[in-house]
Amino acid sequence: MVELVLFVIFALAAVFGAVTTVWARNPVYSALGLMLTLFSVAVFYVSNGAHLVAAVQVIVYAGAVMTLFLFVVMLVGVDRAENRKENLPVQRPLALGLLVLFGGAVLVAGRFAWVTGPSGGRAREGTAEALGNELFRRWVLPFELTALLLIIAAAGTIALGMFRPGEEGGEEDEGEAA
Amino acid sequence: MSLLERLFANIWFTGAVKVVAAFALLLVVVILLVWIERKVVADMQNRIGPNRAGPWGILQTVADGLKLLFKESVIPRKVQLGVYLAAPIAAMVPAFLIFLVIPVGRPFHIGETRVTLQVTDLNVAVLFVLAMSSLAVYAVVLGGWASGSKYPLLGGIRATAQMISYEAAMGLALVPVVLLASAQSAGETGLGAMSLSRIVDLQQGSFRWMIPGWFVFWLAPSFVIFFIAAIAETNRAPFDLVEAEAELVGGYHTEYSGFRFALFYLAEYLNMFNVSALAVTLFFGGWLGPDFGLPPWIAWVMPLFWFFLKTFILVFVFVWIRATLPRLRYDQLMNLGWKRLIPLSLVWLMVFALVTAVRTWGWPWERVAG
Repeated sequence: MVELVLFVIFALAAVFGAVTTVWARNPVYSALGLMLTLFSVAVFYVSNGAHLVAAVQVIVYAGAVMTLFLFVVMLVGVDRAENRKENLPVQRPLALGLLVLFGGAVLVAGRFAWVTGPSGGRAREGTAEALGNELFRRWVLPFELTALLLIIAAAGTIALGMFRPGEEGGEEDEGEAA
Repeated sequence: MSLLERLFANIWFTGAVKVVAAFALLLVVVILLVWIERKVVADMQNRIGPNRAGPWGILQTVADGLKLLFKESVIPRKVQLGVYLAAPIAAMVPAFLIFLVIPVGRPFHIGETRVTLQVTDLNVAVLFVLAMSSLAVYAVVLGGWASGSKYPLLGGIRATAQMISYEAAMGLALVPVVLLASAQSAGETGLGAMSLSRIVDLQQGSFRWMIPGWFVFWLAPSFVIFFIAAIAETNRAPFDLVEAEAELVGGYHTEYSGFRFALFYLAEYLNMFNVSALAVTLFFGGWLGPDFGLPPWIAWVMPLFWFFLKTFILVFVFVWIRATLPRLRYDQLMNLGWKRLIPLSLVWLMVFALVTAVRTWGWPWERVAG
């Protein structure tokens, strides 16, 4: 019962946050809406016994990623008016079409019984220990590859940011950095 | 007695009692903290400090709080009203939540029921603390932005960059603690190594001779990094660029007045207390301490006494640092965070992980031979 009440409250909050993210004219309110959604999802994790994932969700997304978003928004200038001209004339009809498709998918998906893993749930399933064992024993290769991918992305971003095309001496610097 | 026992067996009742107690405790602590800080700083600067309200001016904070409560809360015209009103509350909530996972004393029994002196014993408490401290930045950023004025905005922008930088160092400094806790509790079941009550239990016994088994004797570098990062996270001097008076008037809370300003102020001191309490729990054995073979009716108080003694000693260090060091420049702050603290904590983490691995499994060649 408690779980149901929590679910209803935070599901509404999550949807409200998501709508705000897209709808708000002011980027700061968009960021706040996204944060509300992230929090609501963290609550779902907690109610499913995945405390570790919930904590990580709040630390990484609400704590670090959203703070960076806000930082960038404020650095670029919060009060700058948004250019509301649409560059892609087809995007509204396209969005409507996608919405219809998505609704259909939800309706179809709702008619299937899904495989949901062992019911009842063991108490230790969501603990750091259980997750660590899975992550660093069974899935260690995908885990490390993902880490590598992120490093490459970060290094690539720095390279792109530091060396603009057509700049004097850019290539030499790049050679040194590599 | 039977009624009391039955009441405390009910988790809703126990929970409510603990939350109210924690809330009241924190409010009293803040009153003391502000007074202690003003007195200590005054002493260090060869002044007298507050000495009018009550004996040694101890009621000064109460008087100030009442004054702020009755003052007009000015709301400037250009504020973003919703966020402006929410920001002080956003400052308070994480500050109170962090304290909920910290054990302040030895668990005791009422009849058959075990009552712990912490509101909740999470199995991911260390991460919970990090999560809450990372949320504290929002109050500063949003308060700064919603004020619709340039100095608060600058304070807010500084806060984001500063807090992100030092959060990484803080998190990395806590990893060896979890590592040590899990190495010491290897093979045992129960709560994981990230539970704060478990971490306190593991610090029982002695390190060498008379020295207690506190984690700080294994993890002194972690403690130093944690403490520096904690000062930056709580925006205390010398890392208080967020509210640098000389440059930004009041920083993020320039446009706040009356009780809303009081909430920001309260949150700052709560954070200072929380971080000290956390450092005590993780590195200085929490509530552990000798009870000198006192009779049970008084020995019961000793863990609480040790916990608060240790915490207030660390709070004193906070104040001491504030009175001693001048404020950092912004680039110095960033350099210290990214180029000193984070690499240092990474190196220390690797060294400590290696030591732990060797202590747990022996050297690799030994293992092959044996």
